[in-house]
Amino acid sequence: MAPSSPPPKPLPLDTQSAWADRLSPHRWLGPVTMLGPAGVWLLLLLVIPTLLILDISLVPGLRLGQPSGGYGLGNYLQILQPVYLRVMVRSLSFALGTTVLCLLLGFPVAYWIALMAPQRWRNLLLVGFVLPLWTSSLLRAYAWTTILRPTGVLNSVLGLLGLPSQNWLNTPTAVFIGLTYSFLPYMVLILYASLEKLDTRLLEAAADLGATPRQSFWTITVPQTLPGIAAGCLLVFITSLGDFVVPTLLGGASSMNIARLIYNQFLGPTRAWGFGSALSMVLILAVSLAIALLLKYGDRSTLTETSQ
Amino acid sequence: MAPSSAKVTWPSLFTALMYAFMYAPIIVLAVYSFNESRYSAGWEGFSLRWYRALFSDRRIFAALQDSLTVAFVAVAISAVLGTLMAIGLARYQFRGKALYRGVSYLPLIIPDIAIAVATLVFLTSVAVPLSLSTVIAAHMVFCLAYIAVVVSSRLQSLDPNLEEAALDLGATPTQAMIKVLVPQLAPGILAGCLLAFVLSMDDLLISSFTAGGGANPLPLEIFSRVRTGVKPDINALSVVLILGSALLSGLAEYVRYRSEKRRRRG
Repeated sequence: MAPSSPPPKPLPLDTQSAWADRLSPHRWLGPVTMLGPAGVWLLLLLVIPTLLILDISLVPGLRLGQPSGGYGLGNYLQILQPVYLRVMVRSLSFALGTTVLCLLLGFPVAYWIALMAPQRWRNLLLVGFVLPLWTSSLLRAYAWTTILRPTGVLNSVLGLLGLPSQNWLNTPTAVFIGLTYSFLPYMVLILYASLEKLDTRLLEAAADLGATPRQSFWTITVPQTLPGIAAGCLLVFITSLGDFVVPTLLGGASSMNIARLIYNQFLGPTRAWGFGSALSMVLILAVSLAIALLLKYGDRSTLTETSQ
Repeated sequence: MAPSSAKVTWPSLFTALMYAFMYAPIIVLAVYSFNESRYSAGWEGFSLRWYRALFSDRRIFAALQDSLTVAFVAVAISAVLGTLMAIGLARYQFRGKALYRGVSYLPLIIPDIAIAVATLVFLTSVAVPLSLSTVIAAHMVFCLAYIAVVVSSRLQSLDPNLEEAALDLGATPTQAMIKVLVPQLAPGILAGCLLAFVLSMDDLLISSFTAGGGANPLPLEIFSRVRTGVKPDINALSVVLILGSALLSGLAEYVRYRSEKRRRRG
């Protein structure tokens, strides 16, 4: 009763049972059986391989089947050569251009589906827009070669309209068309999720108070959906930065980007694995940087919602 | 809002144009798959010759078989591992959990080409010969990550009381999981599996780097044919595959719709 009473006797026993509890199979059996297999798989085929390419990216001039030298930054310095720097700049411009195009084209579509289409049709309209994502990305890019080739559908249509024919296949224009086509549905999906949550009472209130539609669009709709815009742009940016199929099939020799350059180092004739690994690390770094920027300045909740 | 939907406004016109943009390439492929002409510049009459060529093409079918084997095996194993991972992450607290969760998101974030390269370097360094099995092993990485993400989001919307009730009524934790939790998660698991299946069937890069000479999944076969120009039998193949994936996506949407309806009602 007194504050100075001795500590209760059973304490040693308690700590003992806590230890026994911690060591008992019931405590760790569950987590290990549930998280173990997937964890081992990710460790073995994702984490270790990534660390491995980080390692060999630091061995200059590493080629398959040749004795390697010591560590150094040679592979990374090689990227700074004008030939490769041009590839980096081109990859960035493909990704940024595609992001801007997807935002400009995707926003009106998402806006119309979320706020202007009849309520009961909205889900169906959205599903209809993203349905092409279920088909093979390879075949969708191939379809554009049929359209854009000199004797393709586009020029037949232009000819019928009396317009001059275009030779877009194997140019950056074709790459922008193909990339925008590939990733527009993602943008619409994310913007829709954001616009759907928009509090339309704010718009009504603004209209009642005399705001023009243009004013309420820029002061209410855009700021309210900014997290969605940021998340959509991030997703389109990182997927188009690492895209391989579209630049290869539609861009031709003039549209070498980072993914194609990496591919060539491993499956092409050069077999420069060290250089290829350095390029991969740069790509991973660029993507991580984009995500870090979003996490720092954007709203985290939209990113996690998007990934679900 | 209702009256404005009836009016033809510039946003609705623009949206209609964008729908046309999304479907035009698919329609073009479908139309040209019936074109008699080899170079498909103009319309030279209706023909089924490309479908005949396709269905007598053994290489395509062998490649399709490889792809289906990879997708089914990888998705089946990942369904179990990914679901367990999602439940484990929701249920347990442990040191390094944030790191574990972060790693589980990586396959969704890191570009395919980087994952493909890393996997090839790893397999070479441990001297594993490339075959269909290595393709399956590599596909399991992204399959289980996507399935875990979809199942996690479903887990968050579940009622935890049901499982607790089962435990109170004397079920063992394993029984409670299999009889109460998994049935509730089933729509999420199925949706995740469908997504993983489509991604696996669509994958070119990771397969290219892990197949070696021993396997030839369909995207590799298609890629090696179309990179050298237009192939009319590939048009026919596209139509067949698009019908297949339309069927799958229809199924996925139906499952999603059903489960959402049930959730709203419940």
